[in-house]
Parts: sequence; C-alpha cells; structure tokens
Amino acid sequence: MARVLMKGTEAIAEAAVRAGCRFFAGYPITPQNEIPEYMSRRMPEVGGVFVQGESEVASVNMAFGACCGGERAMTSSASTGISLKSEGISYSAAARVPLVYVNVQRGGPGIGTIQPSQMDYLQATKASGNGGFRMIVFAPATVQEAVDMTYRAFELADRDRNPVLVLSDGVVGTMMEPVELPPMKTEEELAAIKESKKEWAGIGHPIGKRSWIEPGTWDTDRWEKANQWNASLYETWTSEYTTYLLEDAQIVIAAYGISARIAKSAIDDLRAEGVKIGMIRPQIINPYPYEAYDEINYDVCKMILDVEMANPALHVVDVEKAVKDRCPIRTCLRSGGNVMQKKNILDAVKEILKEQGA
Amino acid sequence: METNIMIAGFGGQGVMTLGKFLASATCDATDKNVTFFPSYGAAQRGGTANCYVVISDKGIGSPIGDEMDDLIVLNGASLDKFQDKLREGGRLFVNSSIVDEARVRQGVDVIKAPVTELALELGNPKVLNIIMMGVYIGYSQVLPVDVVWSTIEHKLGSKPNLLPLNREAFEKGLEIGRAQRS
Repeated sequence: MARVLMKGTEAIAEAAVRAGCRFFAGYPITPQNEIPEYMSRRMPEVGGVFVQGESEVASVNMAFGACCGGERAMTSSASTGISLKSEGISYSAAARVPLVYVNVQRGGPGIGTIQPSQMDYLQATKASGNGGFRMIVFAPATVQEAVDMTYRAFELADRDRNPVLVLSDGVVGTMMEPVELPPMKTEEELAAIKESKKEWAGIGHPIGKRSWIEPGTWDTDRWEKANQWNASLYETWTSEYTTYLLEDAQIVIAAYGISARIAKSAIDDLRAEGVKIGMIRPQIINPYPYEAYDEINYDVCKMILDVEMANPALHVVDVEKAVKDRCPIRTCLRSGGNVMQKKNILDAVKEILKEQGA
Repeated sequence: METNIMIAGFGGQGVMTLGKFLASATCDATDKNVTFFPSYGAAQRGGTANCYVVISDKGIGSPIGDEMDDLIVLNGASLDKFQDKLREGGRLFVNSSIVDEARVRQGVDVIKAPVTELALELGNPKVLNIIMMGVYIGYSQVLPVDVVWSTIEHKLGSKPNLLPLNREAFEKGLEIGRAQRS
C-alpha cells in the first residue's frame, strides 16, 4: 500500500474512521485540535456524526452515549482536558462501555504548557478516574504506531467491553511522517459489529426485552460481583514491548513513546563508539510488560536508565517494580513542554560510564 | 545518512509550507524516512514560525534534531535565534533581502538569495518561500527538481492560475542555488 505523509493527530482520526468510528465528540485543546478538526470534515463523508461539545464532560458523555447505542465512538483531548473527561471514562469502565479515547499529552500539571510531555503516565496507567478500574493503554512512538494502535483500540474495546486509551504526546501528535493506512471497514463489517452488540447495547429490542447498561447500582453484592468480573478480565490481558540490543547491554534504557525513539538514536551513536547499551520499550503501558526486564542479563547490566519527559519521574515507578532491585536505576528527565534531546541522553550515559570508570 | 533541516522566519512567510512541501516530496518520491515537525505555540502573522524536517536512510529518532545540517532563515530574528543550532560546516540559506549578513557566524557555508525582493519583482510577495525552495533544491540537490515541482503542482492543484507564477519563482530559485554551488 502507498505511504502518505500525515500529521499524527490526523492519522489517528483517519485510523479511527477506518476502524469504523462513526461518532466523535470533542472540545478544543492544543495539541490535539486536528483530531476534532479532521473529524468535523470526515464524519459527514462517511455518514457519521461529529459534535463539538460544550465542554470535555459533555463530549465524553456523548461518546459514552453513542457507544451505548452500539456505535464505535471516540473522544480525544490533551492532559488537563483528559482530567475533565475522567468522569465519563470511569462510567464507561463501570458500565462496560467500549469507549476509545486519545490523550495527546502536553505539559502538566494543571493547564501547564501546550508543548509536548509525558506527564500523564500515572493517570493513564493507574487511575484514569475514580473506582480502581483498568484499561489497555497504548503508547505509540511513531505516527505509524499511532495509526495501528488506534485501529486496534476499537477491536480491543469491543472485545472486552471496556475503554481503551491511546496515550500519545505533542510530538507524535503534531509531527508529520509517512504512514500506511489500514483498510476501511466495509458497511457489512460495521453492520456485523453492531449486530454483535445487540446482547447488551441499546440498539432496538422487541417489546418485553431491554438492554441494561449501568454505571452503578444499590445492590452491593451484584456490584462486588461486577468488580470481581472486571478484575478477572484485567488478568487476561498481555502487554507488548520491543527490546533493542539487550543481550550484551551494560546499560539498559527504559523508555516509552517519543522518548524511546529519541533514545534509540542515542543508542545507535553510543554503539558506534563501542558502548554496550540497549533498550526496553513498552508499547502497551497498561498492563505493563514487567516480564521484559527478565530478559536483561543482570550479570552484565550495571545500570538501568529511565528516560522520560516527566519530572518527577513517573514511568520509573513501573521500572522499579519490574527490576526488583536487581540493578540500580537512574533517570534522565525533561519536562515543562521541553522535548527530550538526544544530547540529554548521551550526557546521562556518559556520566554513568564515568562513574563506572569505563 | 541523516539530514536535519530547520526553516525559520516570520509567520506568514510560508515557513511551514516550505517544510511540508519538502517532506511531502521526500515521502512521495523516495523510500527514505522523513519527518516534519512544526514548532507550535502562540503563532501569528508577523510572529516567529519555525519547523524541522529530517530526512534519513535509517529510522528517525527525534524529529527535532539537536544540531542542524541545513538552516534556512527568512528573517533576521531567526538568524540570531537559531544560527547556533547549525553544525560546524553546515549550510545556511539566508533571505539576503532582510537578513543582515554581518551577523552571520563563521564556519558555515552561506547561500544567499534576496527572496523578498525577487518575490516582489515577480509580482507576489507570497512566493518567496517557493523561490527559497528552488534555492535550497538547486544548491543541495537533495531531491530531483521534477519531484519537488510535481509536489508543488499537486499541492496547488486547487489554484491552477497560480502555477505559472510559482513555476517562475521556483526556476528563479533553482538558478540562484545552482549558481552558488562551487
């Protein structure tokens, strides 16, 4: 298939359309504005609906409603806007509604900055709303991955009847890169997907039958059972990750998303100088690929370097849990909307090498 | 081989368009990897605008390189702000109509083109970015001329009446760029 040059946000929107998303509601915030902008143009072309809601809360609840009606629906925002959406996201998890949403991260906390960051890691992976629910969370490092992950997000959301998050950032969201787009779901395929939701969704039932979608109840026993059922669902998930030059690595970088692709070019430079360095890159950050860190040869590896655009370090929480004291961990951080530079990583590694007396 | 390019100028000078056309032509006509990253912020006409293009045979790490191989500056403020990003021996393309050449640092190749004046001579100040595109391609030869032109042609598809002017602007730039190759 021919490759086309697309902006990350627009590519995400097109991938959603191709996956069968026929309802989008959103509210403007940089750096994700091109998602609603693209959807406002594209949705009418495919017989879908675009709504610019009056707020983030309204938008997420409209998308929640569309999902309840059996449609594939999506909403998107950036960081502080995602916080506002957390009510609807928690409701989706409670009511088992397959909402797909995208966070194009900017500097936090609060309004923060409009430039790129990775400050929402813990919110995305541990608590995207009240009530202790879990979601599959994708972390794309390229525009192509953003496309492929968004496309898959709809499949997984429907499979599990659970929200799925694509956690992007201001770099992957605003950059343009060549991509190959996935196939457009046909009308027949979309009809079959909708039909498969008839069991639970408000699609139209004969008299005497009804669908039942509830984000809460008075019945504590029934809700405890729902909690248990959800917990067992979360257990079925597996993570995904890539490793790079891990075998003989004396230093292993742990990074996801945009930081990981910048780290990869730093690794190539360092390898050219003879430095034995490798990387673990989670592609799904919830569930986290703790098992990836068992692939490290701890007889050789003397330092793990967590590289992320967040301060304090957030991703490092999972790195620590995975490494289990088998090796010391150091961090290399940028934040505030400042993008990680290759030089930052090279400097951090050289500092480690100096201490190790290499 | 990886080339890091930065383009900077006033908002409204066509900085983003120049970068996008360059990235587009690379995507359409080669099998190289390419990224385009616009600096985004409180951008406005008359404010500053800049973007990065990376072209590489290998996978691209950061779309915002630490150090530039090529820097295209369309106004003086951009020269002052970004020329230190240019690597030693890098190539600096300057809009000599409005950039004070005395401020250009040592140790870089300077390619000059009075694109603001030339655009006015052609009758439309807006084509200054297309002239600079010609200068860049004519000098660097990073992409075949016909590939870049067909990208411009394609992008201007909805405004065919602008094609002759843009063709003229592009040719003018090519001529200036080629003339400065040593």
